[in-house]
Amino acid sequence: MARALISVPAKAGRGEIIAIKALISHHMETGFRHSTTGQLIARDIITSFVCRYNGEEIFRADLFPATAANPFISFYTRATESGTIVFEWTGDNGFAATEQAAISVE
Amino acid sequence: MKAPRPLRAKTIVMVTLAVVASPIAAGEIPADQRRSSYDVMSHETQAMQDDDASNPGMLWVLDGEALWHLKTGTADKACTDCHGEASASMKGIATRYPAFDAERGRALDLTQRINLCRNEHQNATSLPYESKELLALTAYVARLSRGLPIADPAADERLGASIEAGRQTFNRRQGQLNLTCAQCHDDNWNKQLAGNPVTQGQVTGYPLYRLEWQGIGSLQRRMRNCMIGMRAEPFEYGAPELVDLELFMKWRSRGLRIETPAVRP
Repeated sequence: MARALISVPAKAGRGEIIAIKALISHHMETGFRHSTTGQLIARDIITSFVCRYNGEEIFRADLFPATAANPFISFYTRATESGTIVFEWTGDNGFAATEQAAISVE
Repeated sequence: MKAPRPLRAKTIVMVTLAVVASPIAAGEIPADQRRSSYDVMSHETQAMQDDDASNPGMLWVLDGEALWHLKTGTADKACTDCHGEASASMKGIATRYPAFDAERGRALDLTQRINLCRNEHQNATSLPYESKELLALTAYVARLSRGLPIADPAADERLGASIEAGRQTFNRRQGQLNLTCAQCHDDNWNKQLAGNPVTQGQVTGYPLYRLEWQGIGSLQRRMRNCMIGMRAEPFEYGAPELVDLELFMKWRSRGLRIETPAVRP
């Protein structure tokens, strides 16, 4: 599975706004490039990213060929309750990766 | 008498030559002016490097950590079986490479040392230059020296000849553009080239993540890029000339702190 780096604060106050960061290794081949022998290199990108907080979707992004390799996504949410935050990436050629992080809200 | 005339012309020619010749004498950057090109990057790129959660080079570092613990080769040994935990045994190693190898009688860089270890102790094949695995292992080891000052390679007398050979390559005109490394990186580092800072070429962050490469690359890759830019025939990966040049670059950067994995535009 692809190497991913996620950053979620381990602890947060109830109602606090927290920063979430997700970085994943992927070459994001655009599908517009040619090999040295002139063959078109097939597109191979991550097409979708979803983040769920205790099962509820809080962030979603569609990715396109212009996105750079190793896409980095950062966003904010409000810490409402303790639980798990799950990250899912899906893409071409059956690419699928999942990561999760626990958060404790006091 | 009409004698003075030709003499005066000669004097003018000599004075002109002296004026033209003086800026060519390359000057070493004084220690108090040496700085990493981190300082001239945009704040966004600096922020990307500073935060391990956003630094894409960390993806390679994590891969390297996994490889460090992976048994490989016919000896079925992992790096840990000899070196233990890298956090203790590999701290500061990257500040001292390229280092002199007594058995081979020449300098070896960190990637060559890793491959020798694989050949001799793990009975494994060498990893190709710029392969994901070799860059990952190198980045992992080098990151353990982050924040430590680069050692002066001239402290090892056996490296003197290599440093000198590297210095000569650095100051030798190359390629169709007929440039030396020093003309940019010693003489014009505070200027711009095509809108970008020239930089001093300090080797604090290798292997580093270049946004242009969309990946991590070694110092040798960067130096080969420069040579292609000068329209010179670059040395092959692992060539002794490149290792000598790496060593001289390390000498130029002595005292600056390791930033691996750095992020550069």
